[in-house]
Amino acid sequence: MQRFVDLTLNGIANGAIYAAAALSLVLIWRATRILNFAQAGMLMFTTFIAWTVIDHGVSYWLGFLVALASGLAMGALVERTIVRRVEGAPPLNAIIVTLGILVLLQALAGMLWGSTPRSFPPAFSIRGYEIGGHAVLFSRFDLFTVLVVAAVMAGLVALFSWTSLGLRMRASAFEPEVARLLGVRVGDMFTVGWALASLVGSLAGVLVAPSVFVSPNSFDAILVFGFTAAVIGGLDSPSGAIVGGGLLGLALSYVSGYAGSETVTLGALAILVATLMVRPAGLFAGPRERRV
Amino acid sequence: MTGVARVTLARNLAIAAAAGVGLWVLTSTVSAYANVQIATMAYYFVAVAGLTVLTGQNGQVSLGHGALMAVGAYATAKIGEAVTWPLAAVLAAAALLTAIAGLLVGAAAARLRGPYLAGATLALAVGLPALATRFSDFLGASNGLTVAPPIPPASLGATFPLERWQAWIACAGALIAYVLLANLMRSGYGRAFRAVRDDEIAAQLAGYHVARTQVVAFVVSAACAGLAGGLLAVVTSVAAPGAFTLTLSVALLTGVILGGLGSLAGAVWGAAALVLLPSWSDDLSGALSLSSNVQANLALAFYGLVLIAVILVAPHGLQGALGKAIGRMWDQRRRGRAPRKEEEE
Amino acid sequence: MRHRKSSALAAAAAALALAIAACGSSDSTSTSSSSSKNEASAPGITPTQVTVGGHFALTGPAAPGYSSIPAAIEAYFKYVNANGGINGRRLKLIARDDGYNPTNTVAVTKRLVLQDKIFAMVGGLGTPTHTKVVDFLNASKVPDLFVSSGCLCWDQPEKYPQTFGFLPDYLIEGKILGQYIAQHFKGKKVAYFVQNDDVGIDGTKGLDMEIPKSQVVTRQTYEPGNTDIGPQMAKIKASGAEVVAMFTIPAYTALVELAGLKLNYHPQLVSSSIGSDPTTLAGLLKAFSKGKAPTALIDGIQTSAPLPATTDTSNSWTALFKKIHDQYLPKLPYDGNVQYGLAVGYTFAQALQAAGRNPTREGIVEALQTKKLTGPGLTPFRFSEESHAGLTGVQLAEIKGGVLVPRGKPLTTDDGDGAITPYDTAQPQAPANGVPPAT
Repeated sequence: MQRFVDLTLNGIANGAIYAAAALSLVLIWRATRILNFAQAGMLMFTTFIAWTVIDHGVSYWLGFLVALASGLAMGALVERTIVRRVEGAPPLNAIIVTLGILVLLQALAGMLWGSTPRSFPPAFSIRGYEIGGHAVLFSRFDLFTVLVVAAVMAGLVALFSWTSLGLRMRASAFEPEVARLLGVRVGDMFTVGWALASLVGSLAGVLVAPSVFVSPNSFDAILVFGFTAAVIGGLDSPSGAIVGGGLLGLALSYVSGYAGSETVTLGALAILVATLMVRPAGLFAGPRERRV
Repeated sequence: MTGVARVTLARNLAIAAAAGVGLWVLTSTVSAYANVQIATMAYYFVAVAGLTVLTGQNGQVSLGHGALMAVGAYATAKIGEAVTWPLAAVLAAAALLTAIAGLLVGAAAARLRGPYLAGATLALAVGLPALATRFSDFLGASNGLTVAPPIPPASLGATFPLERWQAWIACAGALIAYVLLANLMRSGYGRAFRAVRDDEIAAQLAGYHVARTQVVAFVVSAACAGLAGGLLAVVTSVAAPGAFTLTLSVALLTGVILGGLGSLAGAVWGAAALVLLPSWSDDLSGALSLSSNVQANLALAFYGLVLIAVILVAPHGLQGALGKAIGRMWDQRRRGRAPRKEEEE
Repeated sequence: MRHRKSSALAAAAAALALAIAACGSSDSTSTSSSSSKNEASAPGITPTQVTVGGHFALTGPAAPGYSSIPAAIEAYFKYVNANGGINGRRLKLIARDDGYNPTNTVAVTKRLVLQDKIFAMVGGLGTPTHTKVVDFLNASKVPDLFVSSGCLCWDQPEKYPQTFGFLPDYLIEGKILGQYIAQHFKGKKVAYFVQNDDVGIDGTKGLDMEIPKSQVVTRQTYEPGNTDIGPQMAKIKASGAEVVAMFTIPAYTALVELAGLKLNYHPQLVSSSIGSDPTTLAGLLKAFSKGKAPTALIDGIQTSAPLPATTDTSNSWTALFKKIHDQYLPKLPYDGNVQYGLAVGYTFAQALQAAGRNPTREGIVEALQTKKLTGPGLTPFRFSEESHAGLTGVQLAEIKGGVLVPRGKPLTTDDGDGAITPYDTAQPQAPANGVPPAT
């Protein structure tokens, strides 16, 4: 029982991270129909920027804000300068371009900061809560992570449901021609979508950094699991990303705990295939998908 | 066999024979290291060409072909260990085994579209190599298996270089794959692949069985990946999980796109790019004297830049750009004689 | 359609033409002779230069830490070159990046041997990578010196006459740490936490040879790349282990410390030398020290060391290496990897020196087997005609105040049932100019 509780809590904490990574992919997919493989590189880069700030003795929270701000800027910049030119092109071209950006960012980070992994502080204590005299695998920092991801989700729901910006973004994503006719500046909405997604990604970066250390390749696994979570949930659905992330986090924690850590990636494959065999467009697939 | 099919076969065989003679001359004149590079290009070509059929002709994206190459490499290692078949039979068996694996993956994949297929195959690329550590006694865990290099036949002489022999094996595999794929693409199957890619509903109306066509495409490309993996094992002695990472799957897809989606000529370019880009960028970074961090990452940066630049500058890949350039030259020459005609698409 | 086919052919031809352009020219090698003049006595050796090569992980997930090894070998070569070189020859290292991918290792190794024409491979890094080129290097008669891995597999002189290890293998270290645990933590519950590859497998073998089976309560492994070790650590805690024996790389030693903080579980850690470099660990844990010295978390770790402590400047080797480091690698921390690279560089120079004025490939192998070289290692190499295993042992140590404090005499042993014995011979003095004394 103790084991089950530990694994469950561990899974929830990991799941929150996967959910945030998945969310950043889903937001871009919704906005521009592009799978953004560069996300791992973008959030790595913003986390390195935050690390630089914190390492210079500036406060953690300022570093946190710098990460978010640079995430916002980087998303907009990447969309405007590079990705814009492959929007509407065959989807594979966009995949290769985002892979190119990923490789380039990893190389640049290696040049600027080297390959030595850096220590990144957590926002709160990483000491596990005591339950019945036993420290469980869940700390104040884990709770913070879960709450932040939940807050981001709530914020996104509010944005898309109740604000005019959210409405314009949805219109641009789903009916760009109609939106354009109605006077929405669709291109700007794409930029906003990328900036927002990159902001969520940078958040995932600072949240996971304490437990993976910061180096050019530290976040590759997060992207893989985030992508898996997004596909499980359904790429068009932000709530799907959250549910997919949570499910994947839990499942992988149980797999690691009960079957051995060497089976984790096989477990991810099994869960993904099982989900897609039942729901070929993810758990939260809308009626718009699968017209054939 | 119809007359057209026979002509196609004859033409493809002629091309393969001409390429074979060219490769024979080439491999016999260049240095041992160039032969290594040729062998590497040859097995990359097989994998990239197979993926070209799947992605370019049939429209299915796979991020998991590196894992299928692993199946081929491990099969080659295990079969070669267990029996004393000729190498060709071992490679054929490895390709067949991988085709069976491809049948399983393809059957699941036929239900999936676009990014969901990409996600599922990505999980395959990441997950499958873990089997090596799960069944460590059989598959050799993270060190993998070491494949004994092929021994050049005695008839070639005692001093015949191993690298040239490996290049011959790999090139022979590539030429066979070329002939088979080129014929397939011009056959009824090829038409079915493209019809399904262009419009599934229209293809269905025209009497094509969509799911079956997609599975066939997957099996064909998996067989190619298996052969490529087998050739990799023969050329490099490697069958280890560290060789078949997601990076390899991504590199294969990169090769398909860089060369130009959908044509076998593009696959040649793509394979060449996969081998020469890292080597050139390495030379470039070696030639400059830089701080060690910059030096170590320069090749990587160059690779990333090329990926972005090629797609932005030549969206139809190197083959597309070449075709365009030739077309323009042709155009210019004609312009001297006759009034310029509208450019044809 | 015809132009489509012919363009396929044209593309093939053009690609192959590029391949030709990419290949280098070959040059002939002259035979060696015993004269007092410098000659081009072997591939990679000219009258003025010796070129060696190595495959290393400079980029990618395995790069952290290891990428400083070739930089350190190169730094040592620069220092020696500034002091006149070895027999008037400058030393040059061509370090090629394989990203820890075995396929790339094969490609870059063939490039080093066939195109760059290196004299020898020096310090090739990693077990899964180097095992794929060891056959090729031996078939090509290229000396394959000081593989950067503690795998037992390098010690097969009959099958691999060209290949030599450097570090004590993981089994030797496992035995010595195992004996320490068996003696100092008698009857206490012991857990193993090891990397799921040859590091962990060979290390476990060594530990098991000394620690009674009944004392080991759980054996947990991790996959490099999967940083979530919470489930394993919770299991170790639940087992009630008081001692955790680890064969881990530094990032995972640090993760064990972090999991300990999370679970409020602080067993005695006994770590192999590969995962216990205090400089690296302090760097990884810096952000978690909460104002205390960053080393507070790692104090008390029991470990062992094949080379002198990086902080012990009274040791002539550390003093020399630190000086070279400060001069040529000021941006890198002076940690275990830098020290290792410098030691490999020195030992290569020493072997080259011992092979005579005009060294050959056979000559350097012969010199290593017969000359009983000693240097920065705390224990001697086992090198002989019968064995190509590296250093024969380690010295036990404890991390105190963030530095490695050695304990007792260096200990040596073998891969079998051989006893663990103290090594009494004093370490030789390091040459101030870095040039190994002529033998």
